[in-house]
Parts: sequence; C-alpha cells; structure tokens
Amino acid sequence: MNPSDNLHPASGSFWNDTGKSGISSWIFSTDHKRIGLLYFWSVLSFFLVAVVLGLLLRIELMAPGRTIMGPETYNALFTVHGAVMVFLFIIPGFPGAFGNLVMPIQIGARDVSFPRLNLFSWWLYMIGAAVIIIALFTGGGPPDTGWTFYVPFSARTGTNVSVAVFGVFIVGFSSIVTGVNFVTTIHRLRAPGMSWDRLPLFVWSLYATAWVQILATPILGITLVLIIAERVLGVGLFDPMKGGDPVMYQHLFWIYSHPAVYIMILPAMGVISEIIPVFSRKPVFGYKMIAFSSIAIAAAGSLVWGHHMFTSGISDRAILIFSFLTFVVAIPSAIKVFNWVSTLYRGSISLEAPMLYALSFILLFSIGGLTGLILGAAATDIHVHDTHFVVGHFHYVIFGGSGFALFGAMHYWLPKFYGRKYAEKPALIAWALLFVGFNITYFSMMVLGMKGMPRRYYDYLPEFAPLNLVSTMGSWILAVGLVLMLVNLIRGLRSGEPVGNNPWGGATLEWTIPSPPPTENFSEEPVVTHGPYDFSKAGKP
Amino acid sequence: MDPNLITSTQAAVDPVFMFIFGACLLLLVGITGAMVWFVIRYHRSRAPQPTSQNDGNVWLEIAWTLLPTLLVLAMFYYGWAGYLALRNVPKGALEVTATARMWSWNFTYANGRSSSKLYVPAGKPVKVNLVATDVLHGFYLPAFRVKRDLVPGMTNYAWFVATKPGSYDLFCSQYCGTGHSAMITTVEALPSAEFTAWLNKEGSGGEHPGKELLEKQGCLGCHSLDGSPKVGPTFKGIWGRSVTVLTGGRERTLTVDEPYLRRSILEPKADLVKGYPPVMPASPLKDEELKSIIDFLKSGGAPSLKRDGAGLEIK
Ligand code: HEM
Ligand SMILES: [Cu+2]
Repeated sequence: MNPSDNLHPASGSFWNDTGKSGISSWIFSTDHKRIGLLYFWSVLSFFLVAVVLGLLLRIELMAPGRTIMGPETYNALFTVHGAVMVFLFIIPGFPGAFGNLVMPIQIGARDVSFPRLNLFSWWLYMIGAAVIIIALFTGGGPPDTGWTFYVPFSARTGTNVSVAVFGVFIVGFSSIVTGVNFVTTIHRLRAPGMSWDRLPLFVWSLYATAWVQILATPILGITLVLIIAERVLGVGLFDPMKGGDPVMYQHLFWIYSHPAVYIMILPAMGVISEIIPVFSRKPVFGYKMIAFSSIAIAAAGSLVWGHHMFTSGISDRAILIFSFLTFVVAIPSAIKVFNWVSTLYRGSISLEAPMLYALSFILLFSIGGLTGLILGAAATDIHVHDTHFVVGHFHYVIFGGSGFALFGAMHYWLPKFYGRKYAEKPALIAWALLFVGFNITYFSMMVLGMKGMPRRYYDYLPEFAPLNLVSTMGSWILAVGLVLMLVNLIRGLRSGEPVGNNPWGGATLEWTIPSPPPTENFSEEPVVTHGPYDFSKAGKP
Repeated sequence: MDPNLITSTQAAVDPVFMFIFGACLLLLVGITGAMVWFVIRYHRSRAPQPTSQNDGNVWLEIAWTLLPTLLVLAMFYYGWAGYLALRNVPKGALEVTATARMWSWNFTYANGRSSSKLYVPAGKPVKVNLVATDVLHGFYLPAFRVKRDLVPGMTNYAWFVATKPGSYDLFCSQYCGTGHSAMITTVEALPSAEFTAWLNKEGSGGEHPGKELLEKQGCLGCHSLDGSPKVGPTFKGIWGRSVTVLTGGRERTLTVDEPYLRRSILEPKADLVKGYPPVMPASPLKDEELKSIIDFLKSGGAPSLKRDGAGLEIK
C-alpha cells in the first residue's frame, strides 16, 4: 500500500528526510504530506474494493432472476458497497488526502496546526475501517440494511450491524478531528500576506467542509450509538410498540447524512475552481461569489435533510418547508457553475487530463444537480423516490461530481508530490472511457427509475431488462477506463517524466516550491504578494 | 390547483415532470453549449494568449443569482401544488386497507373481503390506508405516480384512480430485507360491475379455501405456486417431495408429509430447508386452517386454478 521508498527522485525532499525508515517513517509520521499520501493510498484501496462490489451488483442485475448471487448476498453487497464508498472513500477522500497534501502549502504553512492530531485522525480512520472489515466476516455476516441503516429493519436483522455501525462511529471521529485541525490551521497558520481574499478557492471549500465535519458528524455518532442501544439493550427508541418512532431515526440519520453530501462535494468544487483558471490562464470569474457560495451551501445545506423523507409520513407542512429550502440550496451551486463556465470565456484553454476531468465534472455535476430539482419538488419526488432514478442521480453527483474531481486532482497534484508525471495520451483515452462508460451506466439507471424500477432490487420484472443490460455493459467500459487511468497514473509517478516546480503554470503557492517539496515546504516563510489566480506572477509567492 | 379539477394522480404529477425536465434541459443545453463553444473557440491552438483578464462582473452575478432563484421558486410552487393533489383524497373514494409484512401484501375491504392483489373499480378513486406489521415498506404504483411508506405504529394513506381497467404493477419501494424485490403484486382495475361482483363474492371466490389462506397469510410472498424461485421453496409439487433439512444444525433428508408441513408452519425454525435463509415467521393458525392449507398443498399447489368459479379439483 505504501509508495515504496526507492522511487523518490529528488534528495532533500520529504521522501528521504527523516532518520526513520521503512513503514514506520510513514505510519508514525506527522508530516502533512506523508499523512496525505497515507490517506490517499488507503482511500484509493477502499475505493477499488467498493468498485469491484459495484461491478458485481451490476452483473447480478444484468438479467432478471438470479445471475450470480442470491438476494442475501446482493443485499449485503449493496450495503457494503454504499457504506465503503461513503464512509471510507469519498468523505475522508478530499480532506484526508488532498486537503492534507495541498492545503498547508497553499496557505504558506509549514504543516497543519496539530500534526499529531492529524496522524491520530488517520489512525482512527484505519481502526474504524478495520472494525468494519471485522464486522463483515464475523457474527451474522455483513450487514444487509443499506448504508442508511433504517430501523426497524436494522434493529431486527441478524447480520452484524452493531459492529459495523461501531466502525462507522470511529471513522466519524476521524472526520471531526480533521475538521477541527483544518479550521484551526486556516485561521492561524496563513503566511503573511495570505489574506482571506487571497485564499485559494480549494482552501475556502475545505474551510466550509471542515465546519460541516465538526458540526454534523457528532449527530451521526449519536445516531449510530442509538442503533447499538436499540439492538443490544432493546431500549425501543425507534420501536412504536415501546413508545419509539421509526421516522425519528430517519431525521437523525439525515441531519448528518445530508450535510455529509456537502462534505463530499464542496472540496470537489474547490478542486474545479483551481483547475479551470490554471488551464484557461485566466483568473477565476467571481472569486468572491464562489467562496461565499461554499459557505452558503454548507450553512443552508444543514437545513434540507427532510427531502429524503417526503414519502416517510412526515407532515405536509414539513414537506413544504424542506422542499422550499432544498430549492434555496440549489442556487449557490448554480452560481458556481455559471462562474466556472465564464472563466473559460476569452481564456487560452489547454485540454490536458486535469482540465478534461474538470470540464466533465461541470457537465456531470450539472446533470446530477438538475435531476436533484426533480427530487426536491414534492410532486415529482414521490414518483422517483427510492427508485433507480435516485441511484442514477446520486452517482452523477458523487461519482460524476466528486469522483471525477478526485481523478482530476490526482492528475493535477500528485506530480507535485512524486516529482514525476503520467503520460498524457493514455490519460486522455482513460478519461474518454470513463466518461462514456459512466454516462451509459448511470443514465440508464435514471431512465429505469422513471419507468418505476425501485432501488435495492435484487430482481426485477422483464420490462426493465433491456436497460439493465445496457447499464451493466456501461459499467464494464467504466471499469476498463478506471484500470487504464490508474495504471497510467501510477506508472507515471514511479517512472514518468520528471516535472519542475510548476508544470501547469499555476499561481498558488504549491507551485513555487520544488516537486517533490522539501519536508519543511518553504525554505523560508513566504510573504504573499498576489492573489491565487494572478497568472502574471505565477511561480512567485 | 383546485383538487376537484384533478382527474387522476398521474394528471397532477406529469405536468410537473414536464416543466422541470423542460427547464433543466434548457439549462443543461445552455451550460454545455457555452462550455463546448468556449473550449473550441478559446483553445490554446486558436487563442495562444488569454484575451481578457476579467475576473468578475457584479451585474452578471446578480442576473445569474436572480434568474435561477425565480426559476426554482416556480419549480417549488408547481411541485407543491402537484403534491397537494396527491394528498387530497376526492370525496366518495373507496377505502381499502393495505397491510404490508415481510414480504407480502394484503388488502382488506370494508366488508371483510381480503386479497393479496389490490382489486379496484376502474374510474373510481380509491383511498388506501397503509399499515405495516414489522418493518418499513413502501407502497408504490408507478403507473399512478403514487408512493408512500408503510410505517409500523402509524397509518399513512395514498389515493389513486385507475382511469382504465387493467393490471398495474405494485412494488414495495422501501427496502425491507431478503424478499424486498419479490414483494410485488398488482392493482387489478375491473369494470365497476365486475368489481362489485368480486367484492361481494362469498369468502372463497370459488377458489380452494387453502389457497385463499395462503394468500391472506402472505405465504405466497415467498413461496410460489408455479415453481418459480422466490425467497422460500416453491409449493409446486411439494407433497411427497424429498427435502434436505437442517434440524438443530444436523442435516437430514425426509419426505414432505402432514406432520412435516404442520411443523414447518407452526415452528419454521425447527427444520430449515437447506439452501434457504432462516427468515420465515411462525404462523399460529387454527387446526382447521392448517388442515385446509395442507389439503391444498396435497393437490400439488398446482397453478391449475381457473377463474371460472368451478373451484379446484383435488386429485
Ligand atoms: C464502477 C463504479 C460503480 C458501480 C458499477 C456502482 C453500482 C452501484 C449499484 C448497482 C448500486 C445498487 C443499486 C440498487 O440495487 O439499489 C449502487 C449503490 C450505491 N452506490 Fe455505487 N457504483 C459505483 C461507484 C460508486 C461510487 C464512486 C460511489 C460513491 C462515492 C457509490 C455510492 C453508492 C451508494 C451510496 C449506493 C447506495 C447503497 C444503498 O442503497 O445502500 N457508488 N452502486
Ligand atoms: Cu417491503
């Protein structure tokens, strides 16, 4: 899992500094760059595992009836697929990997405020992940509740829900700790001259995200503890026979899990706001609006959880309010999209891999966001709620959106930390395969949902067969693209062309220091003299 | 929207779909079109240097904040109005109670008639009261754009009208475990007179009382009569079949007979058929009910049922 210790090109970089060597120089390192890479490779491993599970789900759905597994296996697989993707991949992915790698350098700092806490958060993440893995192979076997763990089913099923939920609980703490660390770092450790209006937009987005991590995650923690109490002690908080209420569980779950969607997407938007100006050689359009809309999304996004519950039996008045607020949060997202597109206008655009991922992010995220309007309107949500339309919609947002942004970030920033770069041509082919495969896979799902195919369905009526087959074939194209992308990227990082300080012509601080950076990042504290997208001064602090 | 003008739930919802999809399509085409055009026009091969360093425009920001705001408010309003139509049950609707359990549906009518399919009169609004006995389920009629969860401890409702006679899918939409995707049945919309006849037919509508019981108890949610695979073993040809069961963890093979069937119904966990999940709930039935079910199963549970009122021949 660890990048092997013999490939770092430049001496004097963070790759070969410490007295320690081997694995312990990584898993006990407090250097934000090493922790970032630890996070990156762990998160990527879980992603690949969950991708395999997703592909298996698609194979099962290739044709009606049993294809390769029975219903129990299917139910466990989509639960594990969803839970791993959400809790072990995309939530920790941005802050843990690229936040750690890039954010301190972008603000001109030596490290985060609490380096040891930072290491601790990775350890919490790994311990939580280990507990989740243990849950899969012990007791009643992998949970089969869906990643939402809805009661009363999750309180009754014989599968190993309590242990899995405990693992997620621990991972939640890792997220809180990262959030605290980042808020403090961004407030306290900015270099002289790095005023709030010179903060790169990626940092702004991490700042908004960190607040969501701090404020929302504790509620997830409480909710998960309540499930365990329900199962182990039979307290009946959610059991109507004992005065409890199953709908209350859904409120608690979504009070965290809707804002969690913004933990997944905000930093992705931050990445896009970095890549687009650099590859257009033009300052980002509407810096203030983009920065402000991150905060607005984080704030208003905490009040819309009820749109997951329009069919649950909550009151019509609640639906009125939640539907209204949902439409309100759509506005700042739209503003961002318009600003990104305007940034392109009269620029000088080069279509290298990071830019292709950023541009396809705009399209895929727009499809995800616009189909979200269907889900936010009360009348239409009723028809498509809990169908494959929702499965298509959220894959567009978190895979087409956050996932593609992460791939973009990998092409954009990893060369900085490895000092070497991937090959451009295979990268373009891989991108094309991913883009085409993605749309075939998930657009078909949205159509299936419109036709009425519910989600979490192991089997379906013959009328849904043709599109399911199409979707499954799309997932194979997607898989090939993914393999090609990773092989090309990893080969490039090991033995690709060396890159200089500033391969893309960026104007943020990470491009002023060597690739790979030295341990202390800056030989002397930088004094920032210009904004993050002032390309006339690119390469200077 | 005046609820009296609503002729059907789908008529209330479909225009909202049209409106939102239409607006979204325009926006998407606009955004993508602009993006693609800029990428081509200002590609570095054509535009070696940026021709502008413009980094913002207050009026543009105001415009693209206000216009989307108006647009989404319109979507919100239409969505809400359509939703109200789903909540306002027309006067004089027929009331039916739907009971969901893992993993079967049961529909009971005011006169005590009950069925595992939802029979309704075509052209007449139907109000369905929704109750669940175990976990969450979802009552979903795609053809009528109607969905509502069934929540233990709470009675929800939904209404719809089948404007034309026919058979429509009814799905469970809220995940409920192993048999979730098998928890499907149909709405059977009959012409009014036929429906009345069906509703008033004495107890067993000409069918074997054992089969009626299997339906009513929800057994057929997991066991098929025609040999198709479901959560549990099929009833087709069950009598006299040899089965491998796990009794207290030990495997043994036996022949299906009356004592075995009784035990399996009253104490499903006693002998578990190998290869099937231990999920069947115990059904405390009366002795004559058991007899009637076993009598039906002896016939092979064959799907030789004809809806001709002639009853079932027992061989
Ligand atoms: C090759 C990639 C992927 C494939 C083929 C895939 C496929 C699927 C399928 C078939 C389902 C289940 C549909 C159902 O029966 O309801 C599903 C559910 C889900 N997927 Fe993916 N997926 C992929 C990637 C992702 C990514 C990147 C994420 C998030 C970062 C993700 C998050 C989820 C979630 C949260 C669920 C819901 C699980 C649940 O219902 O509890 N997936 N996916
Ligand atoms: Cu159900």
